[in-house]
Amino acid sequence: MTFRWGRWLFGAVLVALVLFTLFPFYWAIVASLTPDAALFREPSLWPRTIILDHYRALFDERDFLTPIRNSLVVAGTTTAFCLMVGTLAAYAMARLEFRGKAAIMAFILAVTMFPQISIVSPLYLLLRSMHLIDTYPGLIMPYMTFAMPLTVWILTGSIRQIPRDLEDAAHVDGASRRQSFTKILLPLAVPSLATTAILTFIYCWNEFLFALSFTLGPERQTVPVAIALFRGQYQVPWGQILAAAVVATAPVAAMVLVFQRRIVQGLTAGAVKG
Amino acid sequence: MKKEARLGWMLVAPALGVIALIAIFPLGWTVWESLHMHELRMPWLGKPFIGVDNYLEIARDPRFWGALGHTAFFTVVSISLELILGLFLALAMNRAFRGRGFVRAAVLVPWAIPTVVAALLWRFMFESEAGIANALLVDAGILTKPIVWFIETATAWVPVILADVWKTTPFVALLLLAGLQNIDLTLYEAAAVDGANQWWQLRHITLPLLKPAILVTLIFRTLDGFRVFDLIYVLTGGGPGTSTEPVALYTFNALLQNLRFGYGSALSVVIFAITFGLALLYMKGLGVRLAGDER
Amino acid sequence: MARIALEHVDKVYANGYVAARDLSLEAADGEFLVLVGPSGSGKSTVLRLMAGLEQVTSGIIRIGERDVTDLPPQQRDIAMVFQNYALYPHMTVRDNLGFGLSIRKQPAAMIKERVRSVSASLGLDALLDRKPAQLSGGQRQRVALGRAIVREPLAFLFDEPLSNLDAQLRVETRVELARLHRQLGATMVYVTHDQSEALTLGDRIAVLRDGALQQVASPMELYARPANRFVAGFIGSPAMNFLDGVLRTKEGDPGGGSNVIFEGSGVTIEVPCDAPAGSKVVLGLRPQHLEVVPDTEGTIRAEVVVVEPMGNEQIVYTLLEAQRLVAVAPPELSIVPGAMVSLRVKRDAGHIFDAESGIRLGSRAT
Repeated sequence: MTFRWGRWLFGAVLVALVLFTLFPFYWAIVASLTPDAALFREPSLWPRTIILDHYRALFDERDFLTPIRNSLVVAGTTTAFCLMVGTLAAYAMARLEFRGKAAIMAFILAVTMFPQISIVSPLYLLLRSMHLIDTYPGLIMPYMTFAMPLTVWILTGSIRQIPRDLEDAAHVDGASRRQSFTKILLPLAVPSLATTAILTFIYCWNEFLFALSFTLGPERQTVPVAIALFRGQYQVPWGQILAAAVVATAPVAAMVLVFQRRIVQGLTAGAVKG
Repeated sequence: MKKEARLGWMLVAPALGVIALIAIFPLGWTVWESLHMHELRMPWLGKPFIGVDNYLEIARDPRFWGALGHTAFFTVVSISLELILGLFLALAMNRAFRGRGFVRAAVLVPWAIPTVVAALLWRFMFESEAGIANALLVDAGILTKPIVWFIETATAWVPVILADVWKTTPFVALLLLAGLQNIDLTLYEAAAVDGANQWWQLRHITLPLLKPAILVTLIFRTLDGFRVFDLIYVLTGGGPGTSTEPVALYTFNALLQNLRFGYGSALSVVIFAITFGLALLYMKGLGVRLAGDER
Repeated sequence: MARIALEHVDKVYANGYVAARDLSLEAADGEFLVLVGPSGSGKSTVLRLMAGLEQVTSGIIRIGERDVTDLPPQQRDIAMVFQNYALYPHMTVRDNLGFGLSIRKQPAAMIKERVRSVSASLGLDALLDRKPAQLSGGQRQRVALGRAIVREPLAFLFDEPLSNLDAQLRVETRVELARLHRQLGATMVYVTHDQSEALTLGDRIAVLRDGALQQVASPMELYARPANRFVAGFIGSPAMNFLDGVLRTKEGDPGGGSNVIFEGSGVTIEVPCDAPAGSKVVLGLRPQHLEVVPDTEGTIRAEVVVVEPMGNEQIVYTLLEAQRLVAVAPPELSIVPGAMVSLRVKRDAGHIFDAESGIRLGSRAT
């Protein structure tokens, strides 16, 4: 489609959208470098003074490294586990014929639609009875309720896109099922696995409700919870909160910039099928 | 064939088992719990079976109906805005232009950050009369003087909806973009040769062929909208009072603040039923072709 | 090398679709057997059944004397060339060629030697370190072929390997395949929908339709003595003409002679046929057997609709009593659309098919 008169209008709206998208980040960065006292005085678009106090306080006084560590452990472990188990399930769904496959797929899709709030209380009681509240397994297990269906869903769609002929050829050439899986399918599925890993990791990293409900204190809280619960002595410590937000966002932004093509592919792989 | 079926079930079992254990079992438990009175703050009352009494209480509970209304309002307004903006973004990203990669990455970042962080960013911008939102709006002449946004319900919704649109439009745009890319370009060429202009092409080719993608987007976004929690917890806490409280937050409060496990479970079941009902409705409209196999 | 045989094989899919019915077929040791038929005829299914990529519903498959019906493809020791080549995209050409041997844990030196010799004979030496994505269609085809040859299997299966090539490349590769067959002396089962490909390549051709075997014979046999109307219409280009009519006895013939008269659709000719007079039949005439002659000699007058000059001949489409009749004429004749033309049937050239069953009704002589 080639707009003519509308080209300028188009471009203008696009620029506006991009500015709208990036402005909150810009503003957060500016504010995180501004002393608390000046934050609500007279806001200006350009920072007048720049201080690094907030960032220092983040790691000195508040020990922000701990939530980061917690998030890494929980998101990383969940992703790794779901990837391993999910790949096997996805292989079965994409390549094998057995009755009940459609039902399983519908079931998995249905689970992704669960409102998390509906299972918070029984999970809480279950975890409490297993003494897992405020522990890593106590978060990893609930996270699998949404990470596992997501993984299976995306991977099944991805594997389906790899031509079946290749494994047929491998079988005729003498490869067992296990060999065609490891030598032919898996190497070709690596890009999809990477994408799924990235998406799953992002979902886990951003999760809030379960992390809020199943952790008790700063020792095991993840990044979103830690940031949301920042308490100041007298007032809301916006400077530090925004500094934390920047720290939490920067690596994500970097990952998105690098992997944006993959992410787009992964999100649309499972979703629309024409 | 039997061997293949056995292998299939074996490979699916671990994933299925995990999901069943951690999702189905608790759900069943929630339903069971919802039929009892279970006030953790008053343990001497025990845990008597009260049948559907919790549900009757919900029906009479004005705060619940308020929450339902808030949720519906939030969902409808957000989705409408997101669809329009998302469609525009998708159409824009469908054509090659310089800097397209940058635009795509830039709009993805809000989607990728935690919702609570997004909420905090927007809270900060609308906080206090000296916040940047006030400053910009007064400078632009849209406001005569700064408002305290979070004191009034009507104004409190503004940052909430803006934040959700800001965060989720990229995702909507992506889903629609995928649908756009499935449309055969030669259709447009044929229409152009026949003399149809851009608007005609948009209305008669693009939109009709985009219907499946739009429906899928509607499903996902409606369900997400009904489950909204993080955003409002951080932005308004449900306030002022409980005037922006969605059902998920109300349930959370009932469970983990008021410790009314029986009642909270009943609320959970109601939410689940609503989301499930919506999902079924949509899927019927879409025609489920989920496990479609080629062989 | 070994023979491959199907014995009374049925293949019914879960949704009820019948891909093969009571199929009995054999490719003899060292023979080039072509499976041909329109799409949906089941020929690819038969190939996949031979390979073990599909399971039979009932029946037996043998390779050599061994009953392989329940064996998976890995254990059948046959090689297959796929329509889309199915080259492993993440491996080099060298690794693709050697995959079958390395999977079976053959000694590295042996693999290296075999790959080298096959690569040399197929002209792949320059491509050994490339990946499939960097090859042209024809090159990929040769690699697919090489991958099969390297394994020195009991038999080769080809699933429409030429259909993705352009016309000229197709002809060249066809010649290559024929040469290869002579050189290796291998049993080859080859699937195609192109009847001319079948005729040029096959020692014997099996014609399939809707999962049932119509006829299996040498190319000349199929051409000259088709078993039924379907085979007659499928083999040979341009396709055979079919005219409805009835049989009656030759005048003055006391009976016992081998010829009768066919009458119908504006044509009356004498044909060798045993069937009784009065039978409702279909007359089959190959365009090559309809000559364009001066008016005094012809028995059929038809109106020319289209003339297709082919260089070495002309294909003449005519209209006779609202039915199409196709003839082949030498290039130097001047035939004009719209004009009338006289045709004559070559002696004893017609085939008679039963109108209902389609079976060819021959005579004691044929």
